[in-house]
Amino acid sequence: MEQFTLTLPSAAIPQNVTSATLCGVVSSGNLEILVEPAATSDACRIVVNTSAHGFRDIWEAVLKDFARRHSVGGLSLSINDAGATPAVVSLRLDQAFETCRGELA
Amino acid sequence: MNGLQISYFEASARKRLSELVDAGSLVEFCPPEMRQTSPHLAMLDAPLAFDDGVVTGRASLSGHKVLVAAQEGRFNGGAVGEVHGAKIRGLLDRALSERPTAVLLLIDSGGVRLHEANAGLIAISEIMRAVLRVQAAGIPVFALVGGSCGAFGGMGIVTRLCTEVVMSEQGRLGLSGPEVIETVKGVEEFDSRDRALVWRITGGKLRRALGEATLLVDDLIPAFRTAAVSLIERYRAHPPVPADLDELLGVQAELTERSARFAAARDGREIWANTFAEASRVPEMTVAEFNIQLGEAA
Amino acid sequence: MNGETMFDRLFGAGAHALTTEGLFLCGTARIGAQDVAVVGTRDHAAIDGTIALRIAEAVLHVVRDDAAGGKPPRPIVFIADTQGQALSRHEELLGLNGYFAHIVRCVDLARRRGHRLLTVISGEAVSGGFLAYGLMADRICALPNSQVRVMDLRAMSRVTKISLERLEELAKRSPVFAPGAENYWRMGGIHEIWSEEGDWSECMATALSHAANSDDRAAIGLERGGRLLSAPTAQIVASS
Repeated sequence: MEQFTLTLPSAAIPQNVTSATLCGVVSSGNLEILVEPAATSDACRIVVNTSAHGFRDIWEAVLKDFARRHSVGGLSLSINDAGATPAVVSLRLDQAFETCRGELA
Repeated sequence: MNGLQISYFEASARKRLSELVDAGSLVEFCPPEMRQTSPHLAMLDAPLAFDDGVVTGRASLSGHKVLVAAQEGRFNGGAVGEVHGAKIRGLLDRALSERPTAVLLLIDSGGVRLHEANAGLIAISEIMRAVLRVQAAGIPVFALVGGSCGAFGGMGIVTRLCTEVVMSEQGRLGLSGPEVIETVKGVEEFDSRDRALVWRITGGKLRRALGEATLLVDDLIPAFRTAAVSLIERYRAHPPVPADLDELLGVQAELTERSARFAAARDGREIWANTFAEASRVPEMTVAEFNIQLGEAA
Repeated sequence: MNGETMFDRLFGAGAHALTTEGLFLCGTARIGAQDVAVVGTRDHAAIDGTIALRIAEAVLHVVRDDAAGGKPPRPIVFIADTQGQALSRHEELLGLNGYFAHIVRCVDLARRRGHRLLTVISGEAVSGGFLAYGLMADRICALPNSQVRVMDLRAMSRVTKISLERLEELAKRSPVFAPGAENYWRMGGIHEIWSEEGDWSECMATALSHAANSDDRAAIGLERGGRLLSAPTAQIVASS
């Protein structure tokens, strides 16, 4: 497994997120994302644990794009990945964001 | 999303639970944010899940307090490791003090997790004893089987120790999976890629015809919910009592008779022929039609 | 060691009357002054429906006979020697898991009726065959050189796609996946491993006196350092 942590600047999430939510399942080509509230309102902290080695550049690009598209400051994301493609990662990130805002709950 | 159309088979463990119990009533024990993950998977450099592949909690179901566990079949085949197994056993221990109306086990598992096989085997043995303790305390334990991994290995035994077993026709129940038998005994013994055959040996309609599944329902989460609610209502009036000598002698006679009657059977069709006028039609019957014909035969 | 020699060492020469029927065995024996019932399998039996029914029936008959005779419930000694469940389409069709669950219920009935339950692993104890009755006892003992496992490392390597060398290396540090009675001892799944030189009759008597009907295996695994997360995790779920 390869692990790395990114702290990305992002506008503060407008809602008050108080509880943790989990999105996705760790299975081949898929991932889970745990979203939790964090103290820093102007940044999003993301911990990635992935079975696919050597793709950090691509992860950074996908995650930066996510932090740019959404206001996720004040959130902490923890990811367990079993080799998902960037498209699947991006989709799950969007789902995780929607779920933590309660839109799908 | 229309809740009535959600396939139990396709849904994740969390989706199954959230749609099964009363909306918003689930309170999780040892939730993902506690990160009680498997150090053994980590040691073998395998991916982790924050809940180690099983959700445990308390919820209400049609207003009744229940304790629930749901295995995630897509994470390592729902297999039982040290933490995963301990969560289920802890839930059963909790039932003894909290005394819910019922415990629901949403089983979706190939059995022991090989990465931590010894811990998994002991854990399943502990779950087996705990399931019996809970029932001896007058609390029913219901197994729901309808996921992609079915209920195999030790979890297949656990399922048959439960007070009632609800299955969909897509659900599968057994001990050794078809792939294991094929690997060891050869493709002539069991062709695991022949899906229709696998289903006739292990699937819900076969298990229901043998009386091992006590209810057969459609592959829809609301159908499982309706079944669970009806069982809760039934057992509220008549709590389970542990099997006594006469009951077990009865089961002994039943199983002995089954072994003799089907001494050479190798296909579900031979079992159905015993019960259904048109055994060849069983695979295509709707669940409703199957249940009606089974009821008439009884 | 042949069966007769082993039973002489376990119960003392002349203190056992056991009959075998294929790979199934049962009968009576004495441990000290105590009459016990013996039920088990031999020669690494693959447990199929037929053997499962014989085991269950033997347990039920012990319970029935002691109750009918107004005798105090005798302890039951399980002799476990099994390579696991029988692998066959026919057995799966008939629901071998259900036959095993039936044994488990019968063993549970015996426990509730006050029969103390002791397992002696005499050869192999593997997976489903072990789960069905050996692992259900109050106290589980292994003779020296007995093999306890779910799967050997070669097969595990094929299934998990982790190299055999790596598994062998990790197995030196962790008891959690590799075969071995010692590993199960550290994890609390086996209470005792007896030595070749020991007096097994004495071991039997001591083990029987320690047979408690509560499931203490997680606590033992924690105490012995082989299963550090089971007890605390169950505790979190049980009382958080």
